[in-house]
Amino acid sequence: MKLHKFAAYSTAVLTAAAITTTQAATLDDVKAKGAVTCGVSQGLPGFSNPDADGNWTGLDVEFCQAMAAAVFGDASKAEFKPLSAKTRFTALTSGEIDVLPRNTTWTLSRDAQHGDFIGVNYYDGQGFMVRKDLGVASAKELAGAAVCTNTGTTTELNVADYFRSNGLEYTVVAFEKADEVVAAYDAGRCDVYTTDQSGIAAQRTKLADPAAHVILPEVISKEPLGPMVRHGDNQWADIASWSLNCMINAEEAGINSGNVDEMAASANPDIQRLLGASGDMGDLLGIPNDFCHQIVKQVGNYAESFDRNVGPDTPLGLERGLNALWKDGGILYAPPAR
Amino acid sequence: MAEVTTSAPPKQSFSFSDKKTRGQIYQVVTIALMVWFVWWIVDNTSTNMSDQNIKFGFEFLNTQAGFAIIQSLIDYTEESSYGHVFIVGLINTLVISFIGCILATILGFIVGVGRLSKNWIINKISTIYVETLRNIPLLLQIFFWYHAVLKPLPGPREIHSKGDELWLSLTNNGLLIPKPVAESGFGMVATTFLLGIVVTVILAKWSNKRQMATGQRFPVLWTSLGIIFGLPLVVYMMLGGPLSFEPGQMGAFRPANGLGLNIIPEFIALLVALVAYTAAFIAEIVRAGIQSVNYGQTEASHALGLRQGPTLRLIVIPQALRVIIPPLTSQYLNLTKNSSLATAIAYPDLVATFAGTVLNQTGKAVEIILMTMLVYLTISLLTSLFMNWYNNRVKLVER
Repeated sequence: MKLHKFAAYSTAVLTAAAITTTQAATLDDVKAKGAVTCGVSQGLPGFSNPDADGNWTGLDVEFCQAMAAAVFGDASKAEFKPLSAKTRFTALTSGEIDVLPRNTTWTLSRDAQHGDFIGVNYYDGQGFMVRKDLGVASAKELAGAAVCTNTGTTTELNVADYFRSNGLEYTVVAFEKADEVVAAYDAGRCDVYTTDQSGIAAQRTKLADPAAHVILPEVISKEPLGPMVRHGDNQWADIASWSLNCMINAEEAGINSGNVDEMAASANPDIQRLLGASGDMGDLLGIPNDFCHQIVKQVGNYAESFDRNVGPDTPLGLERGLNALWKDGGILYAPPAR
Repeated sequence: MAEVTTSAPPKQSFSFSDKKTRGQIYQVVTIALMVWFVWWIVDNTSTNMSDQNIKFGFEFLNTQAGFAIIQSLIDYTEESSYGHVFIVGLINTLVISFIGCILATILGFIVGVGRLSKNWIINKISTIYVETLRNIPLLLQIFFWYHAVLKPLPGPREIHSKGDELWLSLTNNGLLIPKPVAESGFGMVATTFLLGIVVTVILAKWSNKRQMATGQRFPVLWTSLGIIFGLPLVVYMMLGGPLSFEPGQMGAFRPANGLGLNIIPEFIALLVALVAYTAAFIAEIVRAGIQSVNYGQTEASHALGLRQGPTLRLIVIPQALRVIIPPLTSQYLNLTKNSSLATAIAYPDLVATFAGTVLNQTGKAVEIILMTMLVYLTISLLTSLFMNWYNNRVKLVER
């Protein structure tokens, strides 16, 4: 009978839909799909930017590859989703991406509302760039200027705070895409371009005439940039956190991609534990025991990653500064692996 | 003796083979499925939200926003609340939609009539206009006006020097015009103007009635113009011109904030693109409407001795409007909703500010998207309501 068919069909639909989707652990999801999906910027040289062949490069990208190396033992099993500053958190909370290494400033409200920061992979501060021919030497002289910035960033809020607390009149033109901010500044829609200092150095390389612009001395905020994971999955947060710590600890212990195989045979118990030659560090996280070995071998330690992407020999030409190891005068300090 | 035989009513039996029963069962099942579906969506959302420790609530609207907005028609500072941002964004959306609808209608009518023109050049220009603009995606047109037309304009520093008085200035900073400043007594002029409108409405009604009764006509148009514009002008003169214009002034980098009236390039680009695009569709609607009126009607009207003007006004247009109004409503709704593309060029409409920046800062996705959707729904329903009311007025009254 038709009716029976109808009844059977509707029951089937009901049962199928009623199976509620319980949230599986991110690690299981990642293993099932065979790749770590990372939300990155839409093109910020040095941090996450596709090269001429369309391969993603940068400090944030290499963090993602380190996580892939940790989980799969294969750094190439990382996928990248370019996100605007505005959509990044929604993509993370909705599960579209597994981790968000997208030059995101660690702030209290973001930590409470959007997800957990698992560490800092670049210590930054917000600065200003203006045209040289404006003849401005300090941000205090910017009264009446129009400022180009990105919507949905701490930058947008910092600049409002700065101009307000210094009693300076200003106009803000806020775009959704970072590229549009730069294009608008380059076209003269604004007098000032503001973002994190590393971002200014990166975007300046994209301007028509980089030499015609000057970065003002003021650094108006603390911008600790770090990767984020979703709330409520502690194991995944630990894996992300210790992938980053591994790179920093490896630099501190003098392990790099060239010597990691020899170092694994080292008699030093700290190094043995870090590289998984002894102990059960990886097992405790639920990933292969030699995860740090794979990270350093396939991606490198923090110094290698820094020099390759943003260091003095790159177009960005950034010094280590705050991002040097604690023993070299910086504030980079990772807890011990034991 | 009559024997009354009452036949027993048919036995009420529950049977699937009964068409009516089956129909009722289907309806019950459909409603149950609908209810279940809605419940499932709500339950799923709330479960997922509580899983991620997200609380549902609108308290965030009282929190300080902390960011600046480039265009605001009401007082807004960084210290204002997110609720305030909502209002600012809403007003910006309404302003661009309202002005856009009016200008698109005017341009659309001109081009639509132009397509019917017997003048070869006007006809072809109108056709080219329609065929080009309605076939290029709106977003591209917005980008064209913003990036290709307005941005390459010279910067304010290139053509003005510091301290200059600016009466009219078109730069990549926008269009600067003098700001009208009402002085004491201007309220009188405005009152006279409003009074004039009221008097005109009454006059029109009276003149209509008189024409119906006696056949005599009264020159309503000229009298109305005199009352609406002439009278306030006289009052304005008598009070010694209580309206002054304040020019802008060039600051160190660009025209100073608050002096003069600066229309930002983002607004201009969005408005021009929305109007040009929507007008192309309205032109086609107008053409279809006019063509839907049989030419025989015009001939009949001429035969009765009516001239071209009254023929159009009294015979053709009222009938064309019946065809024009419903699709025109759709175009108004489209324009309003398309204004949300503002977010692509930094015009601070509701979507860019509230569903963009505020959503990003607070993470209240469900609440904010819900509010934004409700706003667009409300605007659209109100527009529909108004246009339906107008449609009912102009539609064919059958006797």
